[in-house]
Amino acid sequence: MAKVVEMKNITKIFPGTVANDRVDFDLEKGEIHVLLGENGAGKTTLMNILYGLYQQTSGEIYYHGKKVDIKGPNAAIALGIGMVHQHFMLVENFTVAENIILGNEPSKWKGWKLDMEEAIDRVQRVSDQFGLKVDPNALIEDISVGLAQRVEILKALYKGAEVLILDEPTAVLTPQEIDELGIILRKLTEEGKSIILITHKLKEVLSMSDRVTVIRRGKIVNSLFTRDTNVDELAEMMVGREVKLTSDKKEKETGDVILSVENLVVKDHRKLDAVKGVSFQVRAGEVLAVAGVDGNGQKELVEALTGLTKTASGKVMLCGTDITGARPRKVIEAGVGHIPEDRHKRGLILQSTLAENLILGFHYCPPFAKNGIMNYDAIHQHGKTLIGEFDVRTPDENVAAGSLSGGNQQKAIIAREFYKDPPLLIAAQPTRGLDVGAIEFVHKRLLEQRENNKAVLLVSLELDEVMNLADRIAVIYQGEIVGVLDGKDATERKLGIMMTGGSMEQAMKEGGRSNEATTA
Amino acid sequence: MNSMIALAVIASAIRLATPLLLAALGGVFSERSGVVNIGLEGIMIFGAFFAVWFTHLTGNAWIGVLASMIFGVVAASLLAVISINLKGNQIIAGTAINLLAAALTAFFLELIWHRSGSTPICPDMLTSNPLRVLEGIPFIGDLFKQFTPFVYLAFILVFVTYYVLWKTPWGLHVRAVGEHPKAADTVGIGVYKTRWTCVLISGVLAGLAGACLSIGTVGLFREGMVAGKGFIALAAMVFGKWHPVGSLGACLFFGLCSAIQIQAQSFGLNVPSEFLAMVPYVATIIILIGVVGKAVAPKADGTPYEKDEA
Amino acid sequence: MKQRLLNAWSVLKLPLIAVLVGFIVGAICILAAGSNPITAYAALFKGSLASIPSIGETLYKVTPILLTGLAAAIGFRCGLFNIGGEGQYVMAAISTVAAAWYFQWMPHFILVPFLLVIGILAGGTWGGIAGVLKAKMGINEVITTIMLNWTALYLSNYLVRTVLNPSNILGDAPSGHTVVVPEVARLGKLSSMVPAFGFSSVHTGIFIALGVAVLMWFILFKTTLGYEIRGVGLNYQAAEYGGISSAKNTFLAMFISGGLAGLAGSIQILGLVYMVNQSTELPGYGFTGLSVALVGLSHPLGCIPAAILFGILDNGSRQMQLAGIPKEITAIISAVILVFVAGALLLKYASTRYEKRKMKKNGPVQSGPVMDTAGKGVE
Repeated sequence: MAKVVEMKNITKIFPGTVANDRVDFDLEKGEIHVLLGENGAGKTTLMNILYGLYQQTSGEIYYHGKKVDIKGPNAAIALGIGMVHQHFMLVENFTVAENIILGNEPSKWKGWKLDMEEAIDRVQRVSDQFGLKVDPNALIEDISVGLAQRVEILKALYKGAEVLILDEPTAVLTPQEIDELGIILRKLTEEGKSIILITHKLKEVLSMSDRVTVIRRGKIVNSLFTRDTNVDELAEMMVGREVKLTSDKKEKETGDVILSVENLVVKDHRKLDAVKGVSFQVRAGEVLAVAGVDGNGQKELVEALTGLTKTASGKVMLCGTDITGARPRKVIEAGVGHIPEDRHKRGLILQSTLAENLILGFHYCPPFAKNGIMNYDAIHQHGKTLIGEFDVRTPDENVAAGSLSGGNQQKAIIAREFYKDPPLLIAAQPTRGLDVGAIEFVHKRLLEQRENNKAVLLVSLELDEVMNLADRIAVIYQGEIVGVLDGKDATERKLGIMMTGGSMEQAMKEGGRSNEATTA
Repeated sequence: MNSMIALAVIASAIRLATPLLLAALGGVFSERSGVVNIGLEGIMIFGAFFAVWFTHLTGNAWIGVLASMIFGVVAASLLAVISINLKGNQIIAGTAINLLAAALTAFFLELIWHRSGSTPICPDMLTSNPLRVLEGIPFIGDLFKQFTPFVYLAFILVFVTYYVLWKTPWGLHVRAVGEHPKAADTVGIGVYKTRWTCVLISGVLAGLAGACLSIGTVGLFREGMVAGKGFIALAAMVFGKWHPVGSLGACLFFGLCSAIQIQAQSFGLNVPSEFLAMVPYVATIIILIGVVGKAVAPKADGTPYEKDEA
Repeated sequence: MKQRLLNAWSVLKLPLIAVLVGFIVGAICILAAGSNPITAYAALFKGSLASIPSIGETLYKVTPILLTGLAAAIGFRCGLFNIGGEGQYVMAAISTVAAAWYFQWMPHFILVPFLLVIGILAGGTWGGIAGVLKAKMGINEVITTIMLNWTALYLSNYLVRTVLNPSNILGDAPSGHTVVVPEVARLGKLSSMVPAFGFSSVHTGIFIALGVAVLMWFILFKTTLGYEIRGVGLNYQAAEYGGISSAKNTFLAMFISGGLAGLAGSIQILGLVYMVNQSTELPGYGFTGLSVALVGLSHPLGCIPAAILFGILDNGSRQMQLAGIPKEITAIISAVILVFVAGALLLKYASTRYEKRKMKKNGPVQSGPVMDTAGKGVE
């Protein structure tokens, strides 16, 4: 088969780091080629170079055998390379059609009149050609995430893309939408398109691709045909050492009810019900996981429990105290620790020192402050102690929190929350964006809380994480708890059925007799 | 109250609204592309001054108008460099331009005419109605007696602005840049270039607004003559929800308040003039309270754009 | 040690370069006016620093702008743009005159602190209005404070013309200013205590201003209030997560900021001006305060040298004028310094802005537009 794209000896240096180190990558016509690597491995950088958003420091790119210099997205698009970004590049209050034609608008009167009728027509034609159904007049802010992704793909196809680069496309999709995407991609290759998928999700690699290239710390590790490899091999290549994908969880007796949630209703920012009358309990010494596809109410659930969002109705009790609708300060004082989903947005003040971050939430309490006056000696001492205890890699406690790596930032947050020794720990997506080493650390600590008879509420999108850590798994779908499975009985299939709307009975029936290999 | 006075008030309102409208339209272009322009006041000061100076130099008020537009662009370039290329704070930049304009024009006044306070009166002005034929229209003909060329220009520009921003491909680019610059960048739209163009356009329009105040009204430049009208224009833009037609309505409303302030005696209206002067400002605050929750401004307004090359 | 010097340089180089550029541009303007920049600047510094009375006069100029600088600085630290220093100053000035007149029966040592508190409350309330609108409704404070500036001016003009006019209170002929503040309410002039200060107008207000600067430093960096204000200014979402109320601190910061600007107004009235005049223009101390805060890197102690710089510029302009140089030069220098600081500064302490859109589609707040909700720009 002909090589559509060849990247030879690509090196990209940013101040302080070598993002790509003499990387070779090629794409054959009609194939789906996955670029696999951990976060920060350099895969997005490499593709950004191909798409012209960055320029390589050295190395060459060949397109259909001809050497090319891709100076910007316009040049890439002109060649026929299109990119669907992880964070959608769509203007919310424009229509689907307006977004698709942006940059390539049909016009009359030498460019002085925007021809929207023609635009809608063209969009319709491309949509029909590739079987990607959309409503050209819908506003982006009104459509679902899956549809928005389709708009992004259409955008690239509209511009005549032959090569499609998709960056972490499955991060925001339901399992069903992921399957649909797989079908769409196959259809596109049948129409002669060639596709590059950037991902760190091992499972999607196997199901969707023809070839996989593994990149680690800026260097290519290996490039193989998908059919010749398996999950464990890929994981090891990605990380560089044998990775334990299951954890040691011991049997445990649970204690009193720590958290009790009754008929909780929470509205989202559109004033629609995101959490619709949810009830559950978490006991001391157990990990209750809330599993589900992103966007089914988990975010609102956590925010309501931690006081960051209003509770519409229902009751929340912590160790017998009513904390329904309480503000964050009261929730913290009642004994709740919270590892937030977005550590940059919520978890840390990046421009402040590590020391000041490590007291966030109890900064007004002795010994850190008395009568409103801060005690910086105590604060610094505290910082030093936590850094040591939790192995946070940093020169000292006076550096800005933003200068730490993602994994170390998460360690700092965990250090802070654990210091509080809270009866209830809420961990929302605690391992998002972390490499395998950091993930191991977080899992170990969470299980530690469980060992010490604390209650842990884990909200996660990663089924493996959920199945490894949880004693019980509550599946949330469209704001409701569809069912609660015992950790031992849970299989991916059962969870998958419930996560996409099936009932618990269906899941138990169809969910399979034996536990499928839970290793990714 | 007879129709003579009513007509006079309306004519007054329209004339007073004109400089506000020109500046507000400039603000619309700038902010729709995502650049906050607090410096409208300062650019108006530059426009007013240079219009007068060049009219003195050449004896022709239209050259003065041209000068106001050119120097408006120069002043706006400063804002553009700071806000767009240097990714500086747009509010501080705008405030700085206001201060610089006041100081520089006072300095030039000293330097050129060796006096402070105000320039001598211009040999040529643009204070009369260029379309005399309209004065013949029954009933409302008298209105047109009060109009200057700037009035017609401003009204035309309202529709030009609307058309350009909502009916042309470039307008789509501008609005995309103002809402989601990254998205625009990734489809190859030049964010910096688009913003620069819009800020320069706001310079042209605010410069024109200044010219309107000087050679279009009193025929000279006086220190402090802009007196906050740039800020009223800003208020009008907000009031008008960043839309040219909305801005038109807001400016007419504010112009009406000023007109009533002047004519208050003739109606026997006993409201202290200071309170009438306050109306645009208080009204804007009230409007802001009223539209709380409905996002109306371009989403990326005020945010410098970082092209991610790390 | 070397590292600390390097760190200090990297932080200080911006304002220092800005000041340098300002003086260079000023020099160009002086050349254009046909004079020698060297003699001009010599006159500038001589006029403001050469003798004790000159220094006194410079300190007199420093007093109000140090306070308005502190006002702006506190605002910036909380991520807020208090462009309303003008209006807050005006409200305090007019309140101070009114209170001084009607409470003049009080003994001096009680009356003066009382009046200063009135000034703080007046400015604080005026700033607090914008603060509440921001805290409760997410309405951007840039626009509201600008609107309030002009509202205050016209309100003040009205009161000057009517209620507080000598024609109303004393039966005199109508005048363009209020009644004069009685002796008992005035701040002591330093020249009466230390004769060396001669003709200068400097008064005890300078000590108050310096003391307040130190107080603000302490509050901002050593108290929980300061920790919370800074937290909200840097990342209000993380602050919220940590139990810190954005609304409460936004309001407090605006109130304190307004109060400081108000104190400036009060002190200026009681220190020298002793009355309020009708005016079509805003006094200008608020805008200068913005420059002071930015050059001082929004640090309360940094505001002191910054205020001194601008005070020197202001005072020295008179001497320059005597040397035949237009007095606007110093205003130009000030403005250019501000332009420069705007251009190159990444205001690290105000990087995210607090927004709340009651109903909007995007729950997670975007750095939004200035006019409706806060503008980001400060990054």
